[in-house]
Amino acid sequence: MEIKREPIDILRAGPGAGEIDASDFRSRQLAARDMLRGDLDDEALEQYVQERVLTTTLEKAVAWGQGNSIWPLTFGLACCAIEMMTIVAARADIARFGYEVLRASPRQADLIILSGRVSIKMAPVVRRLYDQMLEPKWAISMGACCSSMGVFNNYALVPADKFMPIDVHVPGCPPRPEALMHGILRLRKKIQEGPDLGWRQRYGAVGTEEVVGPDATEGSSAINVFEGGDTAGA
Amino acid sequence: MTSTDYRAREESITLSTEPVGESHELLSLNMGPHHPATHGVLRLLVTLEGEIVRDLKPIIGYVHTGIEKTCEDKSYWKVIPCVERMDYVSYYFNAMAFCGAVETLLGVEVPPRAQYLRVIHLELNRIASHMVWLGTGALDLGAVSMFWYCFRERENILDLFEMSSGQRMHTRYFQVGGVFEDIPTGFAAKLRTFLDRMPARADQFADLMEKNEIVLRRLRGVCPLDEETLLGLGVTGPLLRAAGNPWDLRKAQPYSSYDHFDFKIPIGTVGDNYDRFRVRHAELYESVKIIEQALEGLPEGEHITSDRKVALPPRHELATSMEALIHHFKLVTEGFRVPPGEVYYPIEGPRGELGCFVRADGSAKPARVHMRDPSFSNLMAFAPMVKDGYIADLIATIAMLDPILGGIDR
Amino acid sequence: MPDATGLELTAQALREANADSVLGTVFFRGRAVIIANPPHVHEVLERLKAQGYTFLASLHGVDYYPEEPRLGVLYELLDMKQVDRISVKARVHTEAPQISSVVDLWPGADHPEREVYDMFGVEFEGHPDLRRILMPEDYEGFPQRRDFPVGGEPVLFTYNEEKSYGKAQ
Repeated sequence: MEIKREPIDILRAGPGAGEIDASDFRSRQLAARDMLRGDLDDEALEQYVQERVLTTTLEKAVAWGQGNSIWPLTFGLACCAIEMMTIVAARADIARFGYEVLRASPRQADLIILSGRVSIKMAPVVRRLYDQMLEPKWAISMGACCSSMGVFNNYALVPADKFMPIDVHVPGCPPRPEALMHGILRLRKKIQEGPDLGWRQRYGAVGTEEVVGPDATEGSSAINVFEGGDTAGA
Repeated sequence: MTSTDYRAREESITLSTEPVGESHELLSLNMGPHHPATHGVLRLLVTLEGEIVRDLKPIIGYVHTGIEKTCEDKSYWKVIPCVERMDYVSYYFNAMAFCGAVETLLGVEVPPRAQYLRVIHLELNRIASHMVWLGTGALDLGAVSMFWYCFRERENILDLFEMSSGQRMHTRYFQVGGVFEDIPTGFAAKLRTFLDRMPARADQFADLMEKNEIVLRRLRGVCPLDEETLLGLGVTGPLLRAAGNPWDLRKAQPYSSYDHFDFKIPIGTVGDNYDRFRVRHAELYESVKIIEQALEGLPEGEHITSDRKVALPPRHELATSMEALIHHFKLVTEGFRVPPGEVYYPIEGPRGELGCFVRADGSAKPARVHMRDPSFSNLMAFAPMVKDGYIADLIATIAMLDPILGGIDR
Repeated sequence: MPDATGLELTAQALREANADSVLGTVFFRGRAVIIANPPHVHEVLERLKAQGYTFLASLHGVDYYPEEPRLGVLYELLDMKQVDRISVKARVHTEAPQISSVVDLWPGADHPEREVYDMFGVEFEGHPDLRRILMPEDYEGFPQRRDFPVGGEPVLFTYNEEKSYGKAQ
């Protein structure tokens, strides 16, 4: 019986013998050994590095990080809040995605999930909470009541789109935990694919900032402009 | 400093709730509508002296949805999903109160199978509501892992609801005259596995909470309220039963064949937070007993009344009978008409007496629907309960009071 | 529930005490309702409470538009010892919507009376803190009156979706 031995190029020919056949595990292993010894030549070294290093822009990297660690605000209004509690619970588990840190303080959260019906008494409170959140921040309108008027199209409710910008609307009454999960993952995709400076960019609301104090420039199209030292009406 | 010195010094500190010192300075604190401990959007204006609560004013209305006004615009059939969303953890109870009221107005008989099915779903919903209470209540006290255990049981119950009606919450399963559909095959088997497991799970919950020194210290002897005051305030349900009054509408004014079942009413003695906790926990076992008896004795028959003027005819009849087609058409487009009258129909919800007042004026839409929600009255008892208690006791008391803002604000 | 004769006896007793306090009785589907004269409603309730109906289960309002008098206030009373329920109804006009408050009899009438004021405009005399409870403090109008519009947002279809509030124009 004849045993044919086929030499692997790298092994036989020594450093810089040619291309590394990346599909062959043994040859990759030997290439790694050679790199550690400092024995790989230019071409092979180039290829080695290219296979292993991920280059990206800083924005994309930051967006990837932001998308994978969203901190939702514990904000339950009505029935959808119970289903939102269910996604924190064990069966549909948002901790799988890294979102189990629900913060009570809006200053520490970056996602507000409007779960439930927003009444006219509550709308200014929700707006104030949204304003207190720091950039970058996102909003999910969960359920039919805050996305459109839902079951109750009457004097007492306000659809969330009227007073704050919403990124993802999740339909349902109440949406299943899986549906809300889908909505949150769509938001994650949106964050990771479209890094930008914040909601003002996204909604064409640049210029609606509040300008306080003597730095207010002429013609800044701000809604609330205070003179220096005057904070009444905040 | 030796340990005996420390103990000696500790004993000389009088922890009384009398104000010490001369400045009785009162601080008004707003526990705003958004707060991790208020269950839902409840706003509390708390007047504090140091850490002691001297006065408390609840401000509600932050989730007022005008459901009662919306109901006047919809036919009776369509009111059921609107009304279900009031007290959003015990949705079957809202539907039951409304359907019961309309059935009384119409004079329609609910067949026995439908009554038993209603009892099964109501008691399952009671267990689910108590699971939400226990999970979120323990979370407020700091016993965080209870939340996951309680919601695991709740998931099993919601699976059963999904099996019978297709929806987890707000199922529209109860209709005027009975239930929407008969239970599918496999429901009884799955229900039996759940019932076999539930008492053991409830034992585990008791073990987790009751052998814990911190939970006992936070609940025992904290914020009691006597029966007299509670009755004056209109409080019913587990809060009243914790104070010692065994008033339960399932036994006192039985509805939907509750008198066929043998179960006990747990009551407390002192009326403090610990009794409220124990009463609700004991109700879990009683509910399991009721469901077991209902499942064993489930009678054969119709799942909805055969009065075609009120309930939809079965689909197979539509192909053969012209009358059935006409009935179907009238019911779906206009709805059934209810003769003029007013009725108040009370049932026992997980939080107390849930009553539905319906005024009919002869048309296909109700002229007034009002829910007497138990949480609305229970909230009035909150201020007398926490007076002269600590703020931490306030948090524990909200947890044991179990207010559901959807029912309070409607 | 008291049966029809029991209801008549109760109404009779009330009429004997004060002739114009009871305007009528209704016995419908096993439920007993006493229609009380609004100026005397406090007295009627006090007597019923002394008679045994010590628990106020519900206090709510109804708008009987277009029948006058328009605004009705219903008191659902419960006798826990006899397991008996009775309702008391008092109807007032919109022009003079005053009725006396029963907070002194039942402290649990506090929030329900505020709700009836908020939703219907019935003013309860003697109530310690009569202000709106469910609507914002500065709201105008009484929402659950029958002539108050239901309100709401227009439903968006393809012909009017461009005017929707969420779309950037």
